[in-house]
Order: sequence, then structure tokens, then C-alpha cells
Amino acid sequence: MVRSNSSFPLALIRARFRSRSEIPNSKQFSRAKQWGADMPLKLTINNVVSTVDVPPDTPLLWVLRDVLNYKGTKFGCGMGLCGACTVMVGGRAVRSCMTRVGTVTDDAITTIEGLSPDGLHPVQVAWEALDVPQCGYCQAGQIMSAAALLAHTPHPTDAEIDTAMSGNLCRCGTYPRIRQAIHEAAEAAASTK
Amino acid sequence: MRIDRRTFLQLGALAGGGLALNLYHSPLANAQEPGAPPDLTPQAFIKIAPDGIVTIMARASETGQGMRNMLPMLIAEELDVDWKDVRVQQADLDEKIYGRQFSGGSANTPMGWEPMRRVGAAGRQLLISAAAQTWGVPEAECTTKSGRVLHAASGRSASYGELADKAAALPAPALSTVKLKDPKDYRIIGHSQAGVDTHTIVTGKPIFGIDVTLPGMLHAAIQKAPVFAGKVKTANLDEIKKLPGVRHVLVIDGGITPAAFTPWEPGMEPGIAIVADTWWQAQQARKQLKVEWDLGPAAAQSSESFARRAEELLQAPPVNTLRKYGDVDAAFKSSAKVVEATYQYPFIAHVTMEPQGCTAHWKDGKLEMWTTSTLPANGRELIAKTLGIKEGDITTHLVRGGGSFGRRLQNDYAVEAAWISKQVDAPVKLLWSREDDIAHDPFRPGGTAGLKAGLDAQGKVTAWRHHLITYGEGKQFTSGGGIGSDTFPSGFPPAYALHITAQPLMLRTGALRAPGDNIYCWVAQSFLDEVAHEAGRDPLEFQLDLLSNQQAPWKASGKDEVGDHEPTGQSVLIPERFKGVLELVAEKSGWAKRTKEPGRGMGIAAWFCHLGYFAEVADVSVDANNKVTVHHVWAAGDVGSQIINPRAAESMGFGGVIDGMGEMAQEITLSEGRVAQSNFHNHPLLRMRQVPPIEVYWRKTDYAPTGLGEPTLPPILPAVSNAIFAATGKRIRTLPLQKSGFSWA
Repeated sequence: MVRSNSSFPLALIRARFRSRSEIPNSKQFSRAKQWGADMPLKLTINNVVSTVDVPPDTPLLWVLRDVLNYKGTKFGCGMGLCGACTVMVGGRAVRSCMTRVGTVTDDAITTIEGLSPDGLHPVQVAWEALDVPQCGYCQAGQIMSAAALLAHTPHPTDAEIDTAMSGNLCRCGTYPRIRQAIHEAAEAAASTK
Repeated sequence: MRIDRRTFLQLGALAGGGLALNLYHSPLANAQEPGAPPDLTPQAFIKIAPDGIVTIMARASETGQGMRNMLPMLIAEELDVDWKDVRVQQADLDEKIYGRQFSGGSANTPMGWEPMRRVGAAGRQLLISAAAQTWGVPEAECTTKSGRVLHAASGRSASYGELADKAAALPAPALSTVKLKDPKDYRIIGHSQAGVDTHTIVTGKPIFGIDVTLPGMLHAAIQKAPVFAGKVKTANLDEIKKLPGVRHVLVIDGGITPAAFTPWEPGMEPGIAIVADTWWQAQQARKQLKVEWDLGPAAAQSSESFARRAEELLQAPPVNTLRKYGDVDAAFKSSAKVVEATYQYPFIAHVTMEPQGCTAHWKDGKLEMWTTSTLPANGRELIAKTLGIKEGDITTHLVRGGGSFGRRLQNDYAVEAAWISKQVDAPVKLLWSREDDIAHDPFRPGGTAGLKAGLDAQGKVTAWRHHLITYGEGKQFTSGGGIGSDTFPSGFPPAYALHITAQPLMLRTGALRAPGDNIYCWVAQSFLDEVAHEAGRDPLEFQLDLLSNQQAPWKASGKDEVGDHEPTGQSVLIPERFKGVLELVAEKSGWAKRTKEPGRGMGIAAWFCHLGYFAEVADVSVDANNKVTVHHVWAAGDVGSQIINPRAAESMGFGGVIDGMGEMAQEITLSEGRVAQSNFHNHPLLRMRQVPPIEVYWRKTDYAPTGLGEPTLPPILPAVSNAIFAATGKRIRTLPLQKSGFSWA
């Protein structure tokens, strides 16, 4: 009953995202297993192992939010278009709304709650110093994308930031502060090494 | 100081367009007794612990405009405490003690500036009284500093924490009698204070509406008809009830009869609610629904038929005249040149990053709500009416919302959650999918505007005629589709006429950030640019000249206004302020020295709305494929004498520019009554790589501070359109950009 009215070639968007290292598609996870309907799944989230009894095609997002009560990861679109649900899987930024939970049972999953033990990850510190959020709803996803970017590209250029962050939408218009915060986080991380 | 009903109505009108009528008449009358506004007391807003930690109640909902900072900052400043010692607590809905609790119309700053400071000052006065009584010294000899009362003559001092109990028991002074600080002594106001929730947000703590969790809570999703107000005929409810996790399946009859004029908050939309153990289960079950709908008359609507009808109405004599002065027809006849153009713009959706939703708990005949509404008193009234219960039996908690942009002024999602919770007699969290959120948005209405201007031989404006084709019936215009008779350039041309004609619309519409102004600015400022070029004059010089020759200032008492917009004394456009922001942005952008090269150009535009003045310049290039890159934006604002929280204010400036640019590529279209757009791929927001560097400047003037949510947005649309014209010679008269052959790079 949900009508699909895509006048825009979605496949093209996904193809473009796939070409970027930090924006995943569940197909990338080649270790996906065949699961029985009622087989409990083991998940490693923020270094804590949990077992969940859900169908393996359940999106990771809804397992995080409503089964394991990690509410920091947000729902925005359900189609991998807005980035609000971004988490890290194996150190890479992943759209959890499009990631079937059965495909990530062997991976280390990091959510905003586990990015740092004390909220002092350089990205979080920079975000706070520049008071980036407005409504704040997209920010967990923005922060996870930024942290994944810096993990692989410690000193990104504006262009690299734009490329890495363009899968994360914000209607309030926090983009200029995000860009600045990523640069500041990069500098702070470099100076502490 | 009281916010009396009249003042509030005046402020209410600032929300603009149809919103004014729909939003502020009936809800207000029910929210408080006319003539009996609440007496605000410091005790209601301020709690001081023995250790000196000050808790300040934030009365307004927070959806990203920084209200949880701004209003408490006003109190803390006059209370004379250090901001680091302040903790902000969200107030529940209780307008008897907090006054009006809403976030809309950029009204919290003008509405809170005086009363909130006086609440703080009254709190300080109580603490001084407590100290003076304790020490047996005259109050006049006591001073305060950083949360302490001092008595210089005796060298005594006491912390607010020590004095709090005694102070709280004293009668509060009348707010009108307390003394306020000299602005030069401000230590909190005018100094950037980080968002009180920023740390909570960056560490992912659950603070949004979607995060609310209650013991035993069920999750609900609603399937509505593909056409507005379509009803359920039959459905495979029994099959759905058997699916995993599903607890209840409910048919919502709804209470909407589609008609030519669709009012604000028309009632519950019909549909099928699926209540399950988790939202994902409810959504999965929803995919198995087989529904036969009675689609009703709205199924005949389409964007094409709207456009055709608008064309016809534009050719016909206007139905309503909102303002007319001078002999417009004669002025056109004697003009050396007449310029005519038709502007068209689409419906668009709010698409807040957090989709709509709400949590409700019905228990023993009473209801507890956790809502992101920015007009929660209205929501409580609607819920009481829909459920047949007393407003007094509803407790309303205000929860941070992930964006509003006017969307959360309506309470449809809250009514739905309350209704479902009562039906299933359990706590329920309702969540809309993004597809629901777009298809069932109260859209910013589209429209068509016929513009005509005359020029004399010297290139001066002789006459201006504006005929808006909007939606509604007769003199009832759909929310967001009315226009104020004071809308610029009303009052400036020697002869002027503003007409409005409505065609029927069976669809919900509402207030989108800067309602009305978010698009009338584009129409007026694009056409003004057009006319300036036809006159062979620089657009800035042309506009400043027009502003310098005001012919017929708008007056609130005139007989020529029949619109639904009620501007007031404070909201009358002051030409010097309008010119001031234009001159400032021209200076900062280097307008006079801009270079002219093929494919690159600068555009300028300005607007006055919601008591604020903004002018913006965009530097744009357009490539051979008509891809538009915005390289830089300069914005200049005048919102009075004081920027309360500077960094947050600058963020609002960035936000207005980025949100406004995003809206230029958005559209909602209808075919057989169905909304064609469904998610961010076909109702896009701007992405980071499309966002230019933005500079925001303030022109401080001797007027009381006013708000920033709305007035930052409107000028960017025509600034970009006019820049595209400067770059290419092609005039954008139809939005979205794609319909004019352009798109973002």
C-alpha cells in the first residue's frame, strides 16, 4: 500500500554513494550469512556483546533503537538518503537504516554513545566548542561520518570534507560550522599525537 | 509587565499570512481569559539551590532556534548570576504560570525580551529584600554580583543559595516596578553562550520526541489514503492482526470533510493504525495491508489543473482587492514603459529531519503527552475535543523536536497518538515514516502571481499591480496562502493595487518558516530586479530610490485591508531600516565594484518580515549545462538594539540562507490527488558541497530586539534568482529551479 513515486533514479544515487569509501551498502558485507528465522544474533556494539532475537533482515537502526535502547542513532528517511542513522561498522561510516542486522554480526559496531567513553572524542569536543547543533537531530549521524572521515583522512581538505559529508543532510543549516569543526578536530587530534 | 491579550494578538499577527487568522483567534480565546493574562512571578521561573546552582525554567518549546538558551539568558542576566551556575529545565505546558508557551512567528524574542528580563530582575529584588531584612539594612544600600548580595558599608555578603528560602517566601514585586540593567553592564546577553543541550546532543543522549520511552510502551504506524481525507472502505484487518508483534489494528474514521477551503488543523485524517511491539514490526505489517479506499473528491485534484485554473483566474478580474491607492490604470496608460511578468511557485513540504510523531499515555481516564509541538496549548485543546475529555485531564510535557520550520505548530500527530493510546489503553509512541511525513505534510501552498509595473521617462516607478492567485474560497485563504496588504512594495509606488483570488484546495497547508514571506519576497524582489533592468538602472540604486519616496505608508486603521493579515504599529515597515540593511550588505559584498563576466553574477534582495530586516547578496556562476554554483553569500540584518546570543544568531543567519536555497529546488506535485514526492531523493535538501561560505552582519538600531527564525530566510531566494539573471540574462519566473531549466551544481 505504500506507493513508490520515485521520479529520480535512486539507483544512480546509490551508485554514487557506493563509489565512496565511507558510504556503504549492505551488499558490501560479503560475510552475510544465511540465518534461520529464530536464530539469535550476536552483536558487538561499543565493545559490548549483546544477543538479539530478531529476523536477520531487520535494519540495524531499529535493533539499536528499539531492541537495545541505543537511542542516539536517529531515523530520518529509511532509504540511506539522509545519513541521520550513520554508525560505524568496522571503522567505516554505515547507514544503519539500510544495513540488515544479520550482515554485521562479525563486525565491531560503534554508535554515537560509544564514540568515546566521556564525550571527549576530538570531533565531539570541536562540535561542542563551536556549538554546531541547531535542532541537533542530524548531528549524531554527522559526527559519526566526520569521525570516520578523520580516521581515514586525518587532514581533510574542504573538498574531501564536502565529499565525505554530503550524504548527511541538515535542514537547519549547520554545514558551515560542521566544516569548521572537522578542521578543528583534525588539528586537535594532530596536536595531541 | 504583562503580555496582555492585545499585545499577544499583535505578536500573533506577525506569524504572517493565513497563519495569523487560523492560529491566533480561537486557540488564544481558549488558552486564557481575555483581559486576564497571567502574572509572571520569579518563583515560577527560578529555583536556587543552597549551593548556588540556579535552575531556570524554559517556557518555550525547542526545535532548534535556541529558545532554551535565549529566554533563560534574559532571566539570568537580570538575576545577576553567572551563566555557568545556571541549569535550564524545560517547563511543562502551564500557561497560567509561564505565560504563552509557543515557538513561532519569530515571536519569542519580542514577546520575551521585556517580561523575561523583568522576571529575572524581580528575582534579584527578592534576594536583595531577603538580605536587607536579615542584616537590618536599607535595600537601597545592597548590590549584587555573580550570585551574591553585597552590603558595601558593613562588608557583609551572602550567596543567593543562602538567601533563597527566605526570598522565595516574600511577595514578588510588580514586574513593572523593577529596575533593569543598563545594557552596557550585560555579562550574559550579547555574549555567546553554547546551547544548553549541545553536550547532550553530541554524546547521543535521548532527548528528542522520537526517543521517549515508557514502560510497556507500544509502537504505532498509520497508513493513510493516498489522497487527502480518503476513507477506509474495506481492509484485511484480520490478516494484519496475526502478523509478528502486532497487538492492535484500528480503523480511524477521521473527521475531515473535504471542501474548497481547508482550515488550519482540519481534524484527524482517516486511516489504519497498526500498533505493535516495535515500530519496525508495525511497518512490516503495514506492507501487507490490502485496503480499498473511498478516495473522495480530492482524488480529482492535480497540479496541472491547479495551474490551468490559475492561468484563467489571472486573466479574469480579481475577486478581492486588499489594497489600492492612486489611479493605477491611468498611471499605466501614461507610463513610458510597462513591464509585465507572471511568477509561479510550487507547494513544498516541511521535511523536518525528525519525522512527525508523539508519545501518549492514556491511564484511568487521564492523558499524559510527550510532544514536540511548538503550539502545545492548541494541541491540548484539539486532543480534548477529539477524545471528549477535559483539558484539565491532560498533562503535556514539551520535548525537543528535530526541527519544525512551522510544521510543529500543527498538532495532528499528537491527536493521533492520544487517540490511539486511548483506544488501546496503553502508552503508545506514534512515528510517521518519511513517506508519511511528505505525503501528509501541511504544505506551503503554491501560487501564481501576475505583476505589472509602470516606469516614467526617467526610469522611476509610476504604478505597481500585483494579483495573487492562491487557494481557498472567497475571502478565506488557505493557511500560508494569504498575503498582507502591507507586503512590500505596498506604500512605495505612487499608484498601487494588490489583488487576491482563490481557487479551491482540498489539502492541508500550513506555515512554513517565514510563512507567505518565504515566497512573496521572491516574487516582489525578482520582479523589482526585472523592472530595474528595464529602467536601465542598478538594482540597488533603484530599490533605494523607491524606498526613499514612500507615497502611502501603510496604516493599521485603513479601510482598504480585507486580508487575513493584521500588521500592527510595530510591524510597519520603516524605510530607513530596510535601506540600512541594503546599504550594509552592498558595502560588505563589494556590490558597487562587482565585476561582470559571462556566466557569473551577483544578485541582491531585501525583505522585512516578523519585525526583522534582512538584505542578502549572492555571488553565483552558471555553467554551460545551466548548473548553478553559489560561491558566496553576504547577509545583513537589523533586528534591533541587541543580538542576545551572537553565535546562535549567526547560526540562524546561516540556516535561513541554506534552508532558503534548499527550497528553490523543492516541489510537491499532485496527480489524481496523490502527492508524487516521497523522500529526500525527490524532495531534496541542500547538501554540504552545495553550501557557500556565508557572512552575516548586524546593523544595530535603536529598536527593541526581535526574532531571527524567519526574517533571515526570504531574501536569499531572489538574491540567487537575480544573480542567475546577472550571470546568464535568463530570468527565473518559475520555481523550482528545474522548471526554469536550472539546477544546483
